Amino acid sequence: MPTGCANSETYVDQAAQVLNLPLQPEYRPGVLVNFDRITTIAQLVLDFPLPTTVAIAPVFQP
Amino acid sequence: MTGEAAGAVTALIQGDAVAMAAAVRSGQVTAEAIITATLERIQALDPDLNCFTTQLGERALADAIALDRQLAAGNGAGPLAGVPFAVKDLFAIAGVTTLAGSKINAELPPATQDATAVARLKAAGAILVGALNMDEYAYGFVTENAHYGPTRNPHDRQRSAGGSSGGSAAAVAAGLVPLSLGSDTNGSIRVPAALCGIWGLKPTYGRLSRAGTFPFCHSLDHIGPFARSVRDLALSFDLLQGPDEQDPVCTRRPPNPCLPQLSQGIAGLRIAVARGYFQAQAEPQVLTAVAQVAQALGATRSVTLPEVHRARAAAYLITATEGANLHQENLRQRPQDFDPATRDRFLAGLLIPGHWYLQAQRFRQWYRDRVREIFQAVDLILAPTTPCPAPLLGQATMILDGEAMPVRPNLGLFTQPLSFIGLPIISVPILTPNQLPVGVQIIAAPYQEALLLRAAAYLESTGLVAAPCPIV
Repeated sequence: MPTGCANSETYVDQAAQVLNLPLQPEYRPGVLVNFDRITTIAQLVLDFPLPTTVAIAPVFQP
Repeated sequence: MTGEAAGAVTALIQGDAVAMAAAVRSGQVTAEAIITATLERIQALDPDLNCFTTQLGERALADAIALDRQLAAGNGAGPLAGVPFAVKDLFAIAGVTTLAGSKINAELPPATQDATAVARLKAAGAILVGALNMDEYAYGFVTENAHYGPTRNPHDRQRSAGGSSGGSAAAVAAGLVPLSLGSDTNGSIRVPAALCGIWGLKPTYGRLSRAGTFPFCHSLDHIGPFARSVRDLALSFDLLQGPDEQDPVCTRRPPNPCLPQLSQGIAGLRIAVARGYFQAQAEPQVLTAVAQVAQALGATRSVTLPEVHRARAAAYLITATEGANLHQENLRQRPQDFDPATRDRFLAGLLIPGHWYLQAQRFRQWYRDRVREIFQAVDLILAPTTPCPAPLLGQATMILDGEAMPVRPNLGLFTQPLSFIGLPIISVPILTPNQLPVGVQIIAAPYQEALLLRAAAYLESTGLVAAPCPIV
């Protein structure tokens, strides 16, 4: 998965195409900034090792 | 009405809901007089504050007259008899289109029935006077809405009321209504409550029914009340409790009435201050507020929650993914109709890989288990609500711990990692002369709202905290 700006740009364009999501030229820079931010934030979650026994909760019980 | 009587009504509408309802039930004042004065106050102040997106004056007046007739006939009335209230514009109101802060939703037909929470407050005698401004689709912390304008902070009208329930907090702070409802996905009750200097309660995830609310992020959405007194917060919470088949997340646990427990005090409660993450980027005024509350509550312990920065990151991913999913068709067909402040974030959210989302959901379980362990040793935890007081409207960045950070996402720095695991939290208003208000979060284990409200009532009784109306 891309983690740098250049890779993010390629990913955003291609993923949008696969999803049939038209990215207007005027919105594309903002989407790239936001996707880069999400990528950086996601890394914090992805870097943390979780045992396979930890499952998601379909209905979350606090 | 005589001048003296009018003065009494003015004093009542700037007081709390419990006193107002008592005055109506005892015949000291009519519901019609309360609602008339409320509508006049809204007419006078709201053009500047911009709390309301929809006003229901005629309907409210008719409801008040009907309530007065009911009382005159000796039929009694509920504990919120004649109390005006308003709701964030994502709660369904029968006959009114739910805007959810968007231009797109203005094209939807009017709701056919009230949201469960609205119906429950009305059943207790409260009178709905309108719907309140918010960030588009609740995605923000500032209530600077491109379609409906910014809501202004009653303590300083050049500043943000916070968000996304900014209209709900500002309306209560300004004394337009004593009680309002908002929603909180990552901090949207607590942040505006803190910045507007009032009480805000985000109950346990699933404790209150969300049926009839326009969703933002199903995994994290909560609803809750804003008020200027702890007893109003407790009473409204009690009235809102109870199972609801219409919300699959709503708990089947029996309600736990909190109002009767308010005077139990804090003796025996183990209270700790959250260190580490919750101190690093807070301004001195905010840390002083936490220290004041800690001292008043006799909190001498401290706790450190693990991996809080990752909890916030995971909440961010879940919100971005689920939020975007709900709007995918409109994002394809009419992106130009979104608020520019949310559009690019939603578009980016549509592109998040499923693996990232699932990892965030799995991390949520891991983090919940660690925090549950901490609550074996403590009953309440204290932390700042926001890192700073209200930013200026239009302010893009703020300096925290020497680092420039964007305002919009970072006002939720301290709230987002806690709602992530559904903990019940009250934001306590701390008002200091010549300073803007800030808030302190009191955090409890799941379903322990009664402990929160007891601690809040204790603080209120010491005189350290209060939520007076800044506009007389």
